Amino acid sequence: MDEFIGGVYDVIVVGAGHAGCEAALAAARMGCKTAVFCLNLDSIANMPCNPNIGGTAKGQLVREIDALGGQMGITADETFIQSKILNRGKGPAVYSLRAQIDRRAYHTRMKWVLENQENLDVKQAEVTEVLCENNKVKGIKVNTGTVYLCKAIVITTGTYLKGRIVIGNTSYSSGPDGLYPANKLSDSLRALGIELLRFKTGTPARINRRSIDFSKMVEQPGDDEIVPFSFMTDEVNDNQIVCYLTHTNNETHRIIHENLHRSPLYSGDIQGIGPRYCPSIEDKVVRFKEKESHQVFVEPMGLNTNEMYLQGMSTSMPEDVQIKMIRSLPGLENATIMRPAYAIEYDCIDPTQLKLSLELKTIDGLFFAGQVNGSSGYEEAAAQGIMAGINAVLKIKGREPLILDRSQAYIGVLIDDLVTKGIKEPYRMMTSRAEYRLWLRQDNADLRLTQIGYDVGLASEERYKRYIEKKEKIEAEFMRLKKTIIPPSKEINEFLRKYNSAQITSGIKLYDLLRRPEIEYHHLEEIGQAEDLPGQVKEQVTISIKYEGYLERQMNQIRQFKRMEERKLPEDIDYSKIQGLSTEARQKLNNQRPQSIGQASRISGVSPADISVLLIYLEAQKRKNKSNGEQIQDGKDKEQC
Amino acid sequence: MINDTIAGVSTAVGNSGISVIRMSGSDSVSIADKIFKGKKKVKEQESHTIQYGKIISPETNEVIDEVLLTKMVAPRTYTREDVIEISSHGGYSIARSILDLLYRMGARPAEPGEFTKRAFLNGRIDLSQAEAVMDIIQARTDRVSKVAVRQLEGSLSNKISNIRERIINILSHIEVNLDYPEYDDEEVSASMAESETIQILDELDKLIDSFNFGKLLREGMEVVIAGRPNVGKSSLMNRLSRKNRSIVTDIPGTTRDIIEEYINIKGIPVKLVDTAGVREAEDKVEKIGVERTIKALEGADLVIMISDISEPLGQEDQTILSKIKEYNKPYIMVFNKTDLIEEERRLEEIKRENPKALYLSVTEDKGVEELEDAIVKYATENNQDIDNQVLVTNARHENHLRRAKSFLESVLTSVRNNMTLDIIALDLKASLEELGSITGDHADEDVVNAIFSRFCIGK
Repeated sequence: MDEFIGGVYDVIVVGAGHAGCEAALAAARMGCKTAVFCLNLDSIANMPCNPNIGGTAKGQLVREIDALGGQMGITADETFIQSKILNRGKGPAVYSLRAQIDRRAYHTRMKWVLENQENLDVKQAEVTEVLCENNKVKGIKVNTGTVYLCKAIVITTGTYLKGRIVIGNTSYSSGPDGLYPANKLSDSLRALGIELLRFKTGTPARINRRSIDFSKMVEQPGDDEIVPFSFMTDEVNDNQIVCYLTHTNNETHRIIHENLHRSPLYSGDIQGIGPRYCPSIEDKVVRFKEKESHQVFVEPMGLNTNEMYLQGMSTSMPEDVQIKMIRSLPGLENATIMRPAYAIEYDCIDPTQLKLSLELKTIDGLFFAGQVNGSSGYEEAAAQGIMAGINAVLKIKGREPLILDRSQAYIGVLIDDLVTKGIKEPYRMMTSRAEYRLWLRQDNADLRLTQIGYDVGLASEERYKRYIEKKEKIEAEFMRLKKTIIPPSKEINEFLRKYNSAQITSGIKLYDLLRRPEIEYHHLEEIGQAEDLPGQVKEQVTISIKYEGYLERQMNQIRQFKRMEERKLPEDIDYSKIQGLSTEARQKLNNQRPQSIGQASRISGVSPADISVLLIYLEAQKRKNKSNGEQIQDGKDKEQC
Repeated sequence: MINDTIAGVSTAVGNSGISVIRMSGSDSVSIADKIFKGKKKVKEQESHTIQYGKIISPETNEVIDEVLLTKMVAPRTYTREDVIEISSHGGYSIARSILDLLYRMGARPAEPGEFTKRAFLNGRIDLSQAEAVMDIIQARTDRVSKVAVRQLEGSLSNKISNIRERIINILSHIEVNLDYPEYDDEEVSASMAESETIQILDELDKLIDSFNFGKLLREGMEVVIAGRPNVGKSSLMNRLSRKNRSIVTDIPGTTRDIIEEYINIKGIPVKLVDTAGVREAEDKVEKIGVERTIKALEGADLVIMISDISEPLGQEDQTILSKIKEYNKPYIMVFNKTDLIEEERRLEEIKRENPKALYLSVTEDKGVEELEDAIVKYATENNQDIDNQVLVTNARHENHLRRAKSFLESVLTSVRNNMTLDIIALDLKASLEELGSITGDHADEDVVNAIFSRFCIGK
């Protein structure tokens, strides 16, 4: 093979899935010369599984990516075909936006954005080797032998590393969606001393819309009023499609039980560890015997295709069993399968080898993001992608990495969970994983993160301007509500009576009026006290007033949490030399090398007593250094005398 | 958790009649003001001065002790935080009561070595002490955690794990509903959360109550023998202590005016307090005797009100009785000297008039056994079945239980005010964290695990 230098870049991104796209765009937008490599350019930003973006916790992630200056939210707004807010009525902390996406349109649109991005080259090739020198990245080599030099690499290989598809007793080397796998890079990573894990996931069958009898299913429409993902989107399309709901039944379950021995999950043919939150239908039927029926959602893959996705029917059964199973469902009696369901096994890394910046602890400039870190989901991947992209640039520029902590963003929870706690199965984001859920809402993602995105040089001027305007309007309205006092009157008491609210005999602040659970902001219009403000502003003001006590409690917890996060542990500590640490803590700390006291406290096996010892050790070191400094100073003074 | 307010007894137990309770942290002064009544509010007291006053429980308005309170405002203090020190003469059990009160008012129990740790972290202690402090923390934590582990093996740990399970169950129903809204698995109803929470609160209450009984077992039930002079207090005291082997204790509290004896009545440790001081025989001023009696009553868990059956209840008896009632103390009415009533019929008559009272003759050793039974019965009945009851004996545990309880109470309020599920989940999780601090479990992982194991969800 001929070896020649094909190009020199600041940042190279390996893979152009959801993580790769965000990483490449972030690096290029922050001014670094960037290249993104993809096995096949026709699979950029592909959605090999469900055709939707968002959902609980994931919707929050998309908003956060957007607030930092990412692309996912904007492209989803441009290509969605149905949109819905989940959890309406269950509280603002868990409102979650989810959209059905036209899969092809999303790919085309994202590819177009990459192609048009300044500083970014888009290339088709299989990356086979990561080149390092003295534990520092130097470049990559591709399957044609061409070498590209760079200062930082972001690996976002998704499920492609040594991908193996399993359908019944058939299995073959493949990436997702019948795409080419990446069979060589794993070995290169292993040679660099990186520990790999083997995980498994799967996807249900796609069937032809023309073969479905929708009259036997329940329609699942979108919302009437559509809220976009992106803080930059003003106008959105209408819903273009509906989804449908059907159910499995005794017959389906009988077929599954009868053929269980043919499932590779049960025959032992699949050894990769699969996700509990995404079980195959055979798993569900076996584990939840008492359930007589499981839901199956039928979702269009796009506008220009008849392919329909069967959410809830993921399986690795042989094709003949799949057909029988599917045809036992109401409305699917004559269904024709276009693509069978499959399970896929792939290599990923043990993410505890990473720093919180997503840089590998042992190799300078080598970053990892997305499913290769053991996560699952497009949104989880994109969230890591944007952070790895940002941190690759900051690394090159010699700046401190950007680390969002657990109190700042779901992104922070996600990365900290992966890096600190490690994983035993593919990781899915859930709102219940976030300690500060009431603060980490989708509605305030811009207020939490846009300043940060702007400061690192990613969020655009226009985005920043929008954020500042919104923030000022919120503050002004908050002041107005706190200052305006409504005197008691017949009119106001009639208004209060209408909403079953207590009468007033002395003046009341608008602010206190809104604290009453039964009074909503728009009610104030009736007494001429509502301002004509954007919906987002009214929403912020209302939430901060109605949930004030709870938010305050959460803020106190956050302050306590922050104090521990801010106590940094030097990278070169030798934990085996610290008196008073337990043996287990010594080992774990030496292995994982946490970056702060807070992070150390989340490592299993490190006890509160160990944390006390660490705090005292840190303080002692600080004073030793200080007194050494003073001695040197003393010495100098003497010399001068 | 650097700046929350901590409290602990700072003098060594067992060698001093004076206990110093120390509190450190930003809320020290405001917490002290909730329980201390002196000439000045603690807030207005000058730093580094001492003030005399009373510790009064804001919950019951009961006077717990007369104390000296020292106020020291940061930074010129041991920990470089605001420090309050309360010197109590009341012995160990009074010190414990004051401490428990501080915990309920918002302080948290200090970890082993924590005052010293804070002193160090805030730059108060010299560098050379640092390594010694580290050793102390590890050593003391080891010892404490060994004790704690022993305590947790067995019933308490099972009990708390069981309560956690039930909260996790409610929470996972709510969380699965929040994280997987489209699944038809289980629509959580607020009423399920409500009825379960009420039951769990009941269990928590039992545990918290058991702390008092645990304290009773640990420190002995204080039984005060009250009555005017010459009704047979001393002879009853002697009789009871001779009969029941005295137990060795390191708990101090003996003061000049009162005789105390630690005895063990059928497995119940009892601190017997006789208000008839040694000097009573010489000091015939009866008034002093009554005053002493009244003072001793304040600390009693149970009072034996003893009277002479051969004489009608007099003014002094009434004074003591009304004091007992005023302090709201449980008491057993005892008529001594039944041997002086010669007529059987007369005795029966008196007994019919006071059917609840006990009748004894200490000199003839009649009825003492019944009195002992009554004491034991009181201890066990008021504290449920000893054999089956799970006991909370650790103040830190009790503190977490109380906090868990208050979060669950807030769950009930939220449910009744139709608050949204995210808010209800917030308080449930907080209560789970508190209980997890006792058993060493982590709420988030448990809930996520419960969701996956209990509900059928996924694509």
